[in-house]
Amino acid sequence: MGPPPVRRIVVEREPTVVAPPPSNGRPAPLPDAPMGAKVTERMRIENVSLAYGDRWVVRDVTLPVREGEVLALIGASGSGKTTLLRSLNRLTEVTAGATRAGRVTLDGQEISDLEVTALRRRISMVFQQPNPFPMSVFENVAYALREERRGGRDEEHRGGWRGRRRAGRKELEPAVVEALQRAGLYEEVKADLNHPALRLSGGQQQRLCIARALAANPEVLLLDEPCSALDPISTATIEQLISRLRESVAIVIVTHNLQQAFRVADHVAFMHLGELVEYGSSDQVFDNPRQQRTREYISGAFG
Amino acid sequence: MIHTPMGPAAPSPRPLPSPTASPSRPARQSTGHGQDSISSWPLMDRVGYLLCWAAGLLLCALAAGIVLVMFVKGISYLRPGLLLEHPSASQSQSGSGGFLDPIEGTLLLTAIGIALAAPIGVAVAVWLSEYRRPAALAQAVESGIEMIAGAPSVVLAFFGLLIFARPSLAFLSQTSAGGAVYGRSFFAAGAMMSLLALPLVVSATREGLAQIPAHMREASYALGKTRATTIRRVLLPSIRPSIASGTTLGMGRIIGDTAIVVILLGASLHLEGAGGTPGLSTLRGTGSTLTSYVFENSPAGEGNAPEKAYAAAFVLLMMVLALNMVVTRLSSGKPRWLAGLTGPMLWRWMPWRD
Repeated sequence: MGPPPVRRIVVEREPTVVAPPPSNGRPAPLPDAPMGAKVTERMRIENVSLAYGDRWVVRDVTLPVREGEVLALIGASGSGKTTLLRSLNRLTEVTAGATRAGRVTLDGQEISDLEVTALRRRISMVFQQPNPFPMSVFENVAYALREERRGGRDEEHRGGWRGRRRAGRKELEPAVVEALQRAGLYEEVKADLNHPALRLSGGQQQRLCIARALAANPEVLLLDEPCSALDPISTATIEQLISRLRESVAIVIVTHNLQQAFRVADHVAFMHLGELVEYGSSDQVFDNPRQQRTREYISGAFG
Repeated sequence: MIHTPMGPAAPSPRPLPSPTASPSRPARQSTGHGQDSISSWPLMDRVGYLLCWAAGLLLCALAAGIVLVMFVKGISYLRPGLLLEHPSASQSQSGSGGFLDPIEGTLLLTAIGIALAAPIGVAVAVWLSEYRRPAALAQAVESGIEMIAGAPSVVLAFFGLLIFARPSLAFLSQTSAGGAVYGRSFFAAGAMMSLLALPLVVSATREGLAQIPAHMREASYALGKTRATTIRRVLLPSIRPSIASGTTLGMGRIIGDTAIVVILLGASLHLEGAGGTPGLSTLRGTGSTLTSYVFENSPAGEGNAPEKAYAAAFVLLMMVLALNMVVTRLSSGKPRWLAGLTGPMLWRWMPWRD
């Protein structure tokens, strides 16, 4: 049984360049290296297990995150997909007692070895609930642009107390505008850049959050069910946006919504109870799942 | 004496967009009224209901009575001149002047108390809510704040006297010819007054912080911000109304207190400076407030000028009522102008703005 009959929003898309994964029926079949010449692997999740205290919520997952494509993590609630996503920018570390085994690398570097604020500027995240900060539209994006001062004085702030001046509006404006344009929000808000962000509609707020996440020009964008609090029209807008952003940033999206995964994703990873059950191209997973559990899930037998 | 409500009554701030506030939930019919008629209730329920009703009515009448009596008496004895004249010692009520000094004293003392309580209270609340490490210390601080909140102000005042009468703290008050330190000054009273306001500021701030959903903090962390930046730039600005209403409640508490004024401020008739430096001398000197003025001039005190006491009590009541109104408006979150007025005013000067 195939996927629900839905129309893809992006019709013209090059077929993803990946070798067909081995179909020997074992769980978690994984391509090891970047396959095609066109896609470079930005991040690699290698044998990652995650636990809160002594409760393991993700077990031994290996996945590639490639530039220029959208990877969707699907699965029922409690499958560990959000936890996995949050571990990619080390946001799990905010929770006390969260531990990780295995390696996560960004451009070959283990993410634990990178300074966390710098890492999160390279791997940014958008949440389930639109959560703009209670400031103006402009300030929301500008906030993301300003870098944390590291301990001590670096070049930029050598001017002592006066050097602590934060970047002004003039300096930040081009970058803010660019981020808003990339998120497809600029035309709608260009007249109200100084209005409180909380006055925007839900869909606009979420796109502002995307703009905020894009402001520092990240290499990877993590989306944690970005449309689950939105209406269908806003959802469609954001899905189109995701398809457009795919060109410039590697995207990992967690979604409950199978149709959405089908519409936006190039690759799909199906997780169940913390384990990676199946990984493959979107077409393969939806049209021709190799695993029984995947087949049951996408046909709606559980989840 | 009207005291502002304490403890958990600190009002909630302007609600943040709640993730669960979905419009899909149908409005529930209100229960309790209109469901059945009271005549069908069991007798005990009817008696209980009537008692509750009567208690409410009584409270209402009492409040109205206080305001009305103070209004009538106060208005009849209040002349504009009273607000502008210095008090003077006199046997007759007509000769004892106005109460300019107590009004100045009230304002000054409140300013000192809140200037100490607001930053410390916000800092403590942020640490308790956002860091909480080490946990044992956090719990100790929490019980300490509860203790201070529950301590009678006369005990705080007495404790303050012990501290500020130490020779090492002589520079904060006056020293008698014999070398004894009085320990009574605006500094001393203000410091102890800040303890009255502190628990209110702390609880209002903590409630504000508790209302900010976790994903708001995480959104900031996810942009590569540190915890400190998140607090400064996201959390504190969001809870401005909570901080403002906690601060205002604290001011009400300070304005209404008498024991600390009598014990630690001297309750002198005039603002009596100490030392030559202008400004500093006032802070080191003694004075009185409206509360101590009312106490001294009431039939219970020495002045025996009930007319003046009524007039001063009326002014005091109006000040506290006005503050309570500010709190209500701030916590209802409706009028932006008020929050906008107090918030940025406090805010602009704060060093934590980047």
